[in-house]
Amino acid sequence: MIDVFKYLILVFLVFCAVFVARAKNMLSAVIIFAAYSLMMAILWLLLAAPDVAITEAAIGAGVTTLLLVAAISKTRREE
Amino acid sequence: MEDTIVRYVSRIILPFVQLYGLYVVLHGHLSPGGGFSGGTIIGASMILYALSFNLAAGSKKLSHDVSSILESTGALIFAGMGLISLLLGANFLANRIAGFPLGTPGNIFSSGSIVIITFGVGIKVASTMITLFFSLIEEEHSHEHH
Repeated sequence: MIDVFKYLILVFLVFCAVFVARAKNMLSAVIIFAAYSLMMAILWLLLAAPDVAITEAAIGAGVTTLLLVAAISKTRREE
Repeated sequence: MEDTIVRYVSRIILPFVQLYGLYVVLHGHLSPGGGFSGGTIIGASMILYALSFNLAAGSKKLSHDVSSILESTGALIFAGMGLISLLLGANFLANRIAGFPLGTPGNIFSSGSIVIITFGVGIKVASTMITLFFSLIEEEHSHEHH
């Protein structure tokens, strides 16, 4: 059961990575990237690396998103 | 950006976020996490405060001077613990060999100098996060005053 969950997350990660690269709107790219980081944190936890999971959830989903949104607010929103 | 719901929710959850960050920092030698993860959580809580209230209130709580002092303090704690090991006649950052008491494993006051080093790393990372955010979000002309 947990293996099925892992593979679902992996497929979701691949889709997220492709859509981050293809998104025209910078803000939606950042939001998809935050979802990618959150799923990656769950995957780290399932792979028995809780230390990395805490860091990924705080850095990837939290601070990186904030910094990228701040950078977008200083520049253009469209690509 | 004045939003009542965001303000109330962040006012409720901010103490818990900071307490959790402090817990992760202080239990760095016992449980997953450590200085970097916990420091990031504390820094993110300060960024949340600055976002949900306003930027002026955030920089009044933690000004540039205070955060740069904290940043240097964290680095100094790390290097100072290493130099104390040198002064006690062991290698840089040596722990048991330099004579730090290890205590019973599982207690919060155990593992010698690692607790203090982790605390320094936590301070350093938290203030670095806050400084990064403020220097990115602030206007250009405000840098001339600092």
